[in-house]
Amino acid sequence: MTDTILELQNLKKYFNVPAGELHAVDGVTVKIRKGETLGVVGESGCGKSTLGRVVLHLLDNTDGKIIYNGEDITKVDRKKLTELRHKQQLIFQDPFSSLNPRMTIYQQLAEPLLIRGEKRGAEMDKKIYDMMDTVGLARRLVNTYPHELDGGRRQRIGIGRALIMDPEFIVCDEPVSALDVSIQAQIINLLLDIQEKKQLTYIFITHDLSVVRFISTNIMVMYLGQMVEYASTEELFNHTYHPYTRALLSAVPIPDVNREVNRIHLQGEVTSPINPKKACRFASRCMYATDKCRNEEPELQEIAPGHVVRCHFPLMD
Amino acid sequence: MTEIKNENPLLEVKDLSVYYVSKEIGTCKAVNEVSFTVNKGETIGLVGETGAGKTTIAYSILQLLQTPPGKVVNGEIIFNGKNLLDLSERDMQKIRGKEISMIFQDPMTALNPIETVGDQIREVILLHNKITPVEAKVKAQEMMEMVGIPGERYDEYAHEFSGGMKQRIVIAMALACSPELLIADEPTTALDVTIQAQVLDMMNDLREKYDTSVILITHDLGVVAEMCSRVAVIYAGQVVEMGDKYQVFNNTRHPYTIGLFDSLPSVNTNQKRLKPIKGLMPDPARLPDGCKFAERCDHCCDACRSHEIPMREIEPGHFVRCDFAENFRRNNS
Repeated sequence: MTDTILELQNLKKYFNVPAGELHAVDGVTVKIRKGETLGVVGESGCGKSTLGRVVLHLLDNTDGKIIYNGEDITKVDRKKLTELRHKQQLIFQDPFSSLNPRMTIYQQLAEPLLIRGEKRGAEMDKKIYDMMDTVGLARRLVNTYPHELDGGRRQRIGIGRALIMDPEFIVCDEPVSALDVSIQAQIINLLLDIQEKKQLTYIFITHDLSVVRFISTNIMVMYLGQMVEYASTEELFNHTYHPYTRALLSAVPIPDVNREVNRIHLQGEVTSPINPKKACRFASRCMYATDKCRNEEPELQEIAPGHVVRCHFPLMD
Repeated sequence: MTEIKNENPLLEVKDLSVYYVSKEIGTCKAVNEVSFTVNKGETIGLVGETGAGKTTIAYSILQLLQTPPGKVVNGEIIFNGKNLLDLSERDMQKIRGKEISMIFQDPMTALNPIETVGDQIREVILLHNKITPVEAKVKAQEMMEMVGIPGERYDEYAHEFSGGMKQRIVIAMALACSPELLIADEPTTALDVTIQAQVLDMMNDLREKYDTSVILITHDLGVVAEMCSRVAVIYAGQVVEMGDKYQVFNNTRHPYTIGLFDSLPSVNTNQKRLKPIKGLMPDPARLPDGCKFAERCDHCCDACRSHEIPMREIEPGHFVRCDFAENFRRNNS
């Protein structure tokens, strides 16, 4: 058995907005083992980025527990937080807005080391050049600014900044969504190579199902703040029980002209996460919805070993 | 799988070259001798990565290029027998929105935030038809219903709609005068997959109903597979492979197109790593001589860099810009 590095227990994050309480993350329970990747998929506004931020303490959680390496880190003091921040890193979607436009690559990579209290000098130079090699940035670029670089290289800086702290756990928030496919493949390979070498654990947040399928050990599907289905990648794609997951999978256009398009049509759009009523949040768009779905909130149930689903009537065929 | 030869295509783009000229970066060759045709009622996909020149081609057709720095330096754009490049701005205005219309990528910025969506649709109708404002309003409401938005929402503003609904309104506006040609520039890229599926299906239905020809600009090969009958793959401002979609998807010949397919995570195989295309697209201000893809191609040789590579027809209707196309084929079993 590999060790659990991170465990989330009924994690919740509500925001107070003028119209009421916005349930951004509502009851996520999951375990991630060391060296594995948890893929988090869902559409805009389903709470996947908020989840990543709550896990990293960039946002306080409303309820639930975060257990990291066996230790409850739900509420931590500043000293502990600094310690955690060194081990846990975040890679952002847009490498342009997440980098300081007035810093060269060298400065971007040096900044986290300086914050940790390391001294400038030959040793730091070596670390920075080694990191540039690791993430595939030519050393001659060391004094260039982000605006001089293309999106792929910028994202490599973002990855370098995260890795230079020698973390054990990284939240990747849509790290390849802004990139072209040929560059996207380069970055995904880089993330996989580094993971293998350093036994890193990833939470990989994305809306791209083909990417998530390729990179993840386990996948969690989110809808309006809730985890609606969770299973290993193989299991989820072979046995999809939740009607939303099925619709989501069928909506992806496949680059194959010989395949018959067989699409599940979802009616309407995502409803509001503000003051949701006690019911299935997907009911208004679900073709199988009954009165029970509209009046009773489904609980997570383990439908097969390691496969949980939040649905009153999981699809068994 | 032979292409039906149409003697009079609706649109014929011939040897189009567009440069952006500025003092700082010099001459940026965004589009280089691009030729393609659009037949009546067909959907052609222009596929390529960021900076390939897809949007510049679209803007040239509608003459929306900002000049300077943009300039059409060569070529013809024949639409219904007329060369659009010869028309005055006044004549062009009669064509835009009436005969050719465009859907932009980002519906948030394509709509006016301080005018009701209904009035925005009505404006197009009033501009191109001799009817009263009241009749135009009725027509605008019909268009809204057509794209699945209740006509009662005529008086609402753009911010009151979700992203998918805004894109429907943009589509309603584009189709309001039943154009013969619709240019859709990444129409679903900003949308979630389930909403994308709704919008694509709707576009397909409307296209059939109105018999509109469509130029669909996208980077998503999956969208092309579902929507298009023909495809042109654009790289560094050139068409590198073109044919009907079965030819391009099942008998892929250009190393760049093969590379694009191979970069995608495959569903069936148990591959451990993806197969990216090495390197980057060349800077359009410093295009190399010869094959523009040579730098990134695993098969390139001295001959590739020594001369401009011509388009060749390797099977009826299937064109490839590679001297060695017969040697390559994508393994897509």
